Amino acid sequence: MAVIQLAGIERVFHLGDSVVHALTGLDVAIEAGEYVAIMGPSGSGKSTLLNLLGLLDRPDAGSYRLEGRDVTTLSPDEQAAVRSRRIGFVFQSFHLVPRLTAAENVALPMMLAGIPAAERAQRVQQALKDFGLDQRADHRPDQLSGGQRQRVAIARATIMQPAVLLADEPTGNLDRATGDDVIHLLEELNQRGMTLIIVTHDPKIGTRARRQLLMEDGELKSDSARPVAAAS
Amino acid sequence: MRHADVLRFARDAAAGYPLRTSLSVLAMAIGVAAVVVLTSLGDGARRYVIEQFSALGSNLVIVLPGRSATGGFSPANALTTTPRDLTVDDAFALTRLPSVRRVAPLAAGNSEINANGRLREVVVAGTASPYFDIRSFAMAQGHFLPEGDWNRGAPVMVIGAKIKEEIFGANPAVGELVRLGDRRLRVVGVLKATGQGVGGMNTDEVVFVPVSLAQSLFNTSSLFRILIEARSRGEIEAVKREVTAMLKARHGEEDITVITQDAVLATFDKLLRALTAAVAGIAAISLAVAGILVMNVMLVAVTQRTAEIGLLKALGARATTIRNAFMAEAAMLSLVGAVTGYGLGLFGAFVLRQMYPAFPAYPPDWAVIAALGTALCTGMLFGIMPARRAARLDPVQALMKH
Ligand SMILES: Nc1ncnc2c1ncn2[C@@H]1O[C@H](COP(=O)(O)OP(=O)(O)OP(=O)(O)O)[C@@H](O)[C@H]1O
Ligand SMILES: [Mg+2]
Repeated sequence: MAVIQLAGIERVFHLGDSVVHALTGLDVAIEAGEYVAIMGPSGSGKSTLLNLLGLLDRPDAGSYRLEGRDVTTLSPDEQAAVRSRRIGFVFQSFHLVPRLTAAENVALPMMLAGIPAAERAQRVQQALKDFGLDQRADHRPDQLSGGQRQRVAIARATIMQPAVLLADEPTGNLDRATGDDVIHLLEELNQRGMTLIIVTHDPKIGTRARRQLLMEDGELKSDSARPVAAAS
Repeated sequence: MRHADVLRFARDAAAGYPLRTSLSVLAMAIGVAAVVVLTSLGDGARRYVIEQFSALGSNLVIVLPGRSATGGFSPANALTTTPRDLTVDDAFALTRLPSVRRVAPLAAGNSEINANGRLREVVVAGTASPYFDIRSFAMAQGHFLPEGDWNRGAPVMVIGAKIKEEIFGANPAVGELVRLGDRRLRVVGVLKATGQGVGGMNTDEVVFVPVSLAQSLFNTSSLFRILIEARSRGEIEAVKREVTAMLKARHGEEDITVITQDAVLATFDKLLRALTAAVAGIAAISLAVAGILVMNVMLVAVTQRTAEIGLLKALGARATTIRNAFMAEAAMLSLVGAVTGYGLGLFGAFVLRQMYPAFPAYPPDWAVIAALGTALCTGMLFGIMPARRAARLDPVQALMKH
């Protein structure tokens, strides 16, 4: 069964008099454990799609099933619970809380989920070790390199063991070598079974993914998994 | 999110912006400290006045010339004209009343004392021997004015401790001859220092002479006051009634005012309590101002931490969690400010007491509770709006602010 199932998704923004169709008639299904790259020109709706997938935004029409459950009709608190347990976000600008240490940033989702401090400490320690950050546990974000920051962010995104990991241009603020490290890290997580969806402008990263979705003007232009269907 | 975690998160957030946090804590602290110090002053004044009045003596009833409409104490009493003077005979007549234990006439004026080569302006109180017991005096040396006919006083005087020190220093005063105005009097006693007095009449700086002597010195036949001690506290009202009736009979009309210490005290107590409450109210305005400052600080915090709020939502924070976190932060700012202010206020009151040891500057309990309560309430109240704003932020928009 598909972990993500989108049908007839519409997202419209009203800017004064003008109407922007950020997403139109989107039908996509993504299986558990897939590695998907979303590509396309600027303004084509990639981020809008990712925000919908992450339940940060609601579609104006259409249905979204996450792990078989219609999540568009959930209450805000129920959606928050889904974000907490089933979805991980990785951002281009890392979004670490500047006053918190690396360990505290990684612990944040568990703290919000109400997990006891002792269990948090243990899981954070393990995660930092897994991501090669155990020497950096007590460093604040401004004491870390860009690559280290993104690794902290990835550790944070995966600490709740989500079903889906969403990354919006995760290498956008990194140099080539560091960006490759981050991509390898994400791919490793995908190999261990986590569904990975990356928005990227970088064709080299895009072609590494097993499946590419090409967006244009809010529509799905092509889907490497369904070349015929998308063309029609 | 667990309560302990909400509090820790709020604490770290407040600590993360030290300048902003310390400013709002300071504002709150100043507000609370102002209430504590000002009410200490007000209540201190009340206690001070009551202590001074209590020192006048117990079960005291005072007769003054002139009719006061209320029968209580009011500044207008000092201005009423005197249709008929109070005389020594009036005072003596009162000694026969059943509820009266002691009566002392009091004539007062200023004169110059000249002895031992020194000259000094003094307050002269003309009275009689019962005055000593009515005022619960104690002697340092010698004895008080002798008993005897109030209309024929001996040429003697009793001096206050300060006068003794200034005129005679360490030398003995009792037995010395002293010039008072154009008279020569012998010092028969020195009072123990009390440090107390009402209306600028500190007994340490007063010279006591027989009432007839004072009257001839000031060329008058009237009295300033008649002091009466009731047989018991329960008989104060009876004394009041009897005194009024007798003087009305003697004067033909009711042209005197009888006041009791209780009435005076109650008036002052009421007055100074009201004053303290008014001052506390004014100081509380600064608490409201502090509350508004906390609100602004929290609004700035929400704006500054918009991206963080977006992130928290992306990580699964519910709207209520975010609201609670910001409320907790506002409450913490207020609480720390209030406690700091309380400490500052107590210290301020302590400094006041060090500077003026006679002045009991302690904040009343109600003021402390009201100040801390108002501080917390305004802090929380003004924290609601920013916290709700934070909770309502759209996560996508919030995350874009970086
Ligand atoms: N909140 C909004 N209000 C109005 N229009 C919006 C809003 N968010 C997105 N849009 C519009 O929707 C369209 C899709 O935006 P989106 O951010 O998804 O593009 P993108 O593919 O992520 O572009 P980029 O590669 O530059 O990040 C754009 O035309 C954008 O202007
Ligand atoms: Mg984008």
